[in-house]
Amino acid sequence: MDLKEKLVSSFMAFEGQIDVDAPVHEIRSEAIKVFEQKGFPTKKEESWKYTSLNALLKNDYTVFPKEESALQFQDVKKYFLHEIDSYKIVFVDGIYSSYLSETSHEGLDVCLMSAALSKPKYRLIIDNYFNKIAPKDDGLTALNTAFSREGAFINIPKGKVVEKPIQILHFSTGKESALMLQPRNLVVVGENAHVQIIERHQSLTENPVLTNSVTEIHANRNSIVDYYKIQNDAQTASLIDNTYIAQKKHSHASVHTFSLGGNITRNNLNFYHLDERIDSTLKGITIIGDKQHVDHSTLVHHAQPNCESHQDYKGIYADKSTGVFNGKVLVDKIAQKTNAFQQNNNILIDDRAVINTKPQLEIFADDVKCSHGCTIGQLDEEALFYLQSRGIPSKEARALLMYGFANNVLASVKIDEVKKRIKKLIAMKLNVNIGFEL
Amino acid sequence: MLTIKNLHAGIEEKDILKGINLQVNPGEVHAIMGPNGSGKSTLSSVIAGKEEYEVTEGDIVFEGENINEFAPEERAHNGIFLSFQYPVEIPGVTVTNFIKTAINETRKARGLEEMPANEMLKLIREKSELLEIDRKFLSRSLNEGFSGGEKKRNEIFQMAMLEPKLAILDETDSGLDIDALRIVSNGVNKLRSKDNAVVVITHYQRLLEYIVPDFVHVLLDGKIVKSGGKELALELEEKGYDWLKQELSV
Ligand SMILES: Nc1ncnc2c1ncn2[C@@H]1O[C@H](COP(=O)(O)OP(=O)(O)OP(=O)(O)O)[C@@H](O)[C@H]1O
Ligand SMILES: [Mg+2]
Repeated sequence: MDLKEKLVSSFMAFEGQIDVDAPVHEIRSEAIKVFEQKGFPTKKEESWKYTSLNALLKNDYTVFPKEESALQFQDVKKYFLHEIDSYKIVFVDGIYSSYLSETSHEGLDVCLMSAALSKPKYRLIIDNYFNKIAPKDDGLTALNTAFSREGAFINIPKGKVVEKPIQILHFSTGKESALMLQPRNLVVVGENAHVQIIERHQSLTENPVLTNSVTEIHANRNSIVDYYKIQNDAQTASLIDNTYIAQKKHSHASVHTFSLGGNITRNNLNFYHLDERIDSTLKGITIIGDKQHVDHSTLVHHAQPNCESHQDYKGIYADKSTGVFNGKVLVDKIAQKTNAFQQNNNILIDDRAVINTKPQLEIFADDVKCSHGCTIGQLDEEALFYLQSRGIPSKEARALLMYGFANNVLASVKIDEVKKRIKKLIAMKLNVNIGFEL
Repeated sequence: MLTIKNLHAGIEEKDILKGINLQVNPGEVHAIMGPNGSGKSTLSSVIAGKEEYEVTEGDIVFEGENINEFAPEERAHNGIFLSFQYPVEIPGVTVTNFIKTAINETRKARGLEEMPANEMLKLIREKSELLEIDRKFLSRSLNEGFSGGEKKRNEIFQMAMLEPKLAILDETDSGLDIDALRIVSNGVNKLRSKDNAVVVITHYQRLLEYIVPDFVHVLLDGKIVKSGGKELALELEEKGYDWLKQELSV
């Protein structure tokens, strides 16, 4: 039985386990039909041309995580941004860990998707927002929808400026020989509200993990949402991240994706503009080696006038690693005065590394400012000699150049601790320990 | 301090340096002049260890040690500094971050502790004042968008920070306005002592009025064809290089 068949047949059992009367019951049944029909994407699809899931789908995944595995905070502390006060929603092998979490219902909801889907008091929100922006015809998203039970539910009421960042962490312990996870997050940010979220997936063993995550974010009028994805997972962990963001008037939303590890990582990041004067920021730093693969597939749909989008992705590829940047900017005919910028710069530090970069601009309005640029290069030998001639050894000089290359992406990170953590991870990744402020 | 013996170097099939001999002793200032393309920058890059150039013959001896096989950073750690004719732009790395890294890596290589932060700050302040560099400059990306003159001044700032034994200044004067020339020369002169040496590469006599050389060498087609005192520079300024070429071909 292949994975698709296994999932489809498991669905029945799953359905029985949960409340059949829940409002999402119908949504789930529709979704499994879509998945049954579409299945997993293959390289024949244009948007999956350079990323193959075949090898991943061969594992015999456990799809229903059982009871919570105990983890000691000390053992996983380093994966938290523990230096700052924050809310935490933590899952271990897909099961909520109340012990490691710090949720809240005081003036906001930082809690669990399972609670939101089952409790009557959230019914209205679920009706209004759940599965509203995620496309209905995407196989992977539909799969997640069908199995959606657990994840983070974040509901920030009107006017609330959330001081503490919210951390969403997923650990896998390797208790299962192979584990498939389907986390589902819903973030609703009210008018004039402000929230910062940090997400991380971390496998603690070498057992294969495949995470197919869906996050829907609704940024209402005048709201500010800053989302940071720290991807530095184990060599045997793969992630398909599907994030959908719908923005209303005057809202600002930013997503920074730091892809520094993992087996196969696919980031489907989609922004939809529902009104005018919206600002969207999509930034990323990718530094990988070995045979790692990172695919950034972005979409910004400018559907209204006077909006801006800023994309800046930097990639450094070593060894036999491969990268993909597929950045689509769609500007509708009515979206006049759109400012859309897209930049993708790459350094290949090994002849065997490969990057496929493909900007796609589809512009139907005539009064717009849209620009895109992509570069693929090597480290500048002249610059290297310059640094070495000042006493900086070759390895450190290379690291300094790479850091300098990626650095500007960090400028828009608003949480200092995130910045520090990323710099540290980059230094680790580049295998240097040097005096400059990494 | 520096002894260059019969140095031949070039790229692939092209010989650029064709038998250079040069002796630089502590406390001395040497000027190297010569027409465009004669090999001045190649010579300085080869001394600094640029791997692009292959040394096919001869030796470079620095402080009694043959350094032919040394990496550029090792030469820097031993006290060689090259001020680039065309300083390279390094986006994303601030002047301060860069110079801190350079100093601490050099100290590390010499078996010293990192320089304490307050000492570093004090040193940066002192040297940037010496070269009249605005503090704002130090938090900008290294050389990125700097004017020609600003880049050169920044090179000498780095030299002042690193305090090398041997400083090679490749056309540091070109691009400098009159005031900047004075400031930069002053910076170089401050570093001079009986233990240090300076090699200046220039096309103009003017710099040599500020940094007065003990020896002037003329480099022509990869060879030093004439050496003399500081008056040789005046003669070249007046007569150009043609008379030398004619003299040589006779
Ligand atoms: N990397 C290189 N590739 C090809 N040719 C080179 C290279 N480096 C130097 N050359 C050649 O070697 C010769 C010497 O160059 P070099 O830069 O040393 O001259 P220079 O004396 O410094 O000239 P200038 O006064 O214009 O600075 C020139 O003909 C130059 O084109
Ligand atoms: Mg030159």
